[in-house]
Amino acid sequence: MSTTYYTEEHEWLRVEGDVATVGITNHAQEQLGDLVFVDLPTTGTSVEQGDDVVVVESVKAASDVYAPASGEVVEINETLANEAALVNADAEGAGWLYKMKLSKPEELEQLLDLASYTAQIS
Amino acid sequence: MKQTPLYDLHIAEGAKMGAFAGYDMPLFYPSGLMKEHLHTRVSAGLFDISHMVHVEITGSQASALIEHLCPYVASEQGINASRYTFFLDDAAGIIDDLIITRLDDLRYLVVANAGCAEKDVAHIRAHAEAFDVSVNVIPRGFLALQGPQAEAVLADQGFAVSQMDFMTGIEPKPGWFLSRSGYTGEDGFEIAMPETECDAFARALLSDERVIAVGLGARDSLRLEAGLSLYGQDLSDTINPHEAGLIWAIPKELRKDGTFIGAKALADKISAGRSRMRVGLVPEGRMPVRAGALLLNEAGSEIGVVTSGGYGPSIESGVALGLIAVSAADMPIFAEVRGNKIPMQRAKLPFVPHQYKR
Repeated sequence: MSTTYYTEEHEWLRVEGDVATVGITNHAQEQLGDLVFVDLPTTGTSVEQGDDVVVVESVKAASDVYAPASGEVVEINETLANEAALVNADAEGAGWLYKMKLSKPEELEQLLDLASYTAQIS
Repeated sequence: MKQTPLYDLHIAEGAKMGAFAGYDMPLFYPSGLMKEHLHTRVSAGLFDISHMVHVEITGSQASALIEHLCPYVASEQGINASRYTFFLDDAAGIIDDLIITRLDDLRYLVVANAGCAEKDVAHIRAHAEAFDVSVNVIPRGFLALQGPQAEAVLADQGFAVSQMDFMTGIEPKPGWFLSRSGYTGEDGFEIAMPETECDAFARALLSDERVIAVGLGARDSLRLEAGLSLYGQDLSDTINPHEAGLIWAIPKELRKDGTFIGAKALADKISAGRSRMRVGLVPEGRMPVRAGALLLNEAGSEIGVVTSGGYGPSIESGVALGLIAVSAADMPIFAEVRGNKIPMQRAKLPFVPHQYKR
């Protein structure tokens, strides 16, 4: 059983136990346009909520993606190294960015649920 | 924020809009920047460039004024010939880069960058006082149709364009201006018309299946691959044409003994030799290197800066223009991106061959 949270900065976080999969929302990829490169952190990196841990690069510009919660990066989506466009094609599925082990699960309470996020972007 | 005559069309087409030079402009459409770029190279792309400024200089001393403002011989310019040139300041810094078309003996059309509109017009007017000319800013819609199918598309719209050479411009009907020119490296046309006629003409072009709407994002990636400088990034008043790699636009006889504004400073700078130069660069790996990234030598010392950079969809790699110390230009070059030192290969400009019709 997993729960998905969202942030005001257009990230999503799918939590199963104490591990969360992180990505950018479909709305975010639409706003960014075609992506050509994703600069991912290395496995083992410790991050604090709000750190800029990922950079997604469209043809035109580079944009920071913030950590939606604190923890340790335990896996990155290796496919993106050669196929950044996967984020455009399936931002909230196969185009996930990294997985992290949450160190402060209580932070999740500040995040948005789908209804609140949808209200924010509409 | 200002809107062009095509604002409603951009919204109807679902464009992602963004601010550019004071205008709310389309950055990309739902088809996506990548497709817009590639489609322009193989078929035809339609760009809204109505933010650019059109100034007509008319009068018995029109050519004399232009020869004072610009480093070329306007009095010898053929009727309907277009010319790439600049306004320079007294130190030979570039105030703006322009295309000037001679419409008839006593009438020239200056097309200038949107971001420079105010200072350009002020510059022209300030110097025009000493000449017998009138200076008129013409508000109109302005479109670029670029790509190998552009000629056929315009022909189907009733324009006799097949005999036009690149860098020539005509007035096909009252209030209209049509030149074979553009800033993508492709064959193509730029078409100006009264603001009230712009929307209908753009829709007529878009109804041709060979044409798709293209935003500013792909306009930038196309011009970058074509190795073309963009004012405000690659060009500024702290860069002279020699450093910018644009000395070809100034006739040889004027480089030493010109009388245009900035001629003395330019001659001095040419004889002293340039300390920095424009280069084309391709980053190793897939990470794009953007404008503002510092260029470093092997020892990590700063040797220049990236002035434009991004991803080139046609060459499928990063592309960048840099301004670099001449002394370091033939040694290994690196760019600093988020703490990484990315090796940069020098590349011949343009990155993608020009397809101009001559």
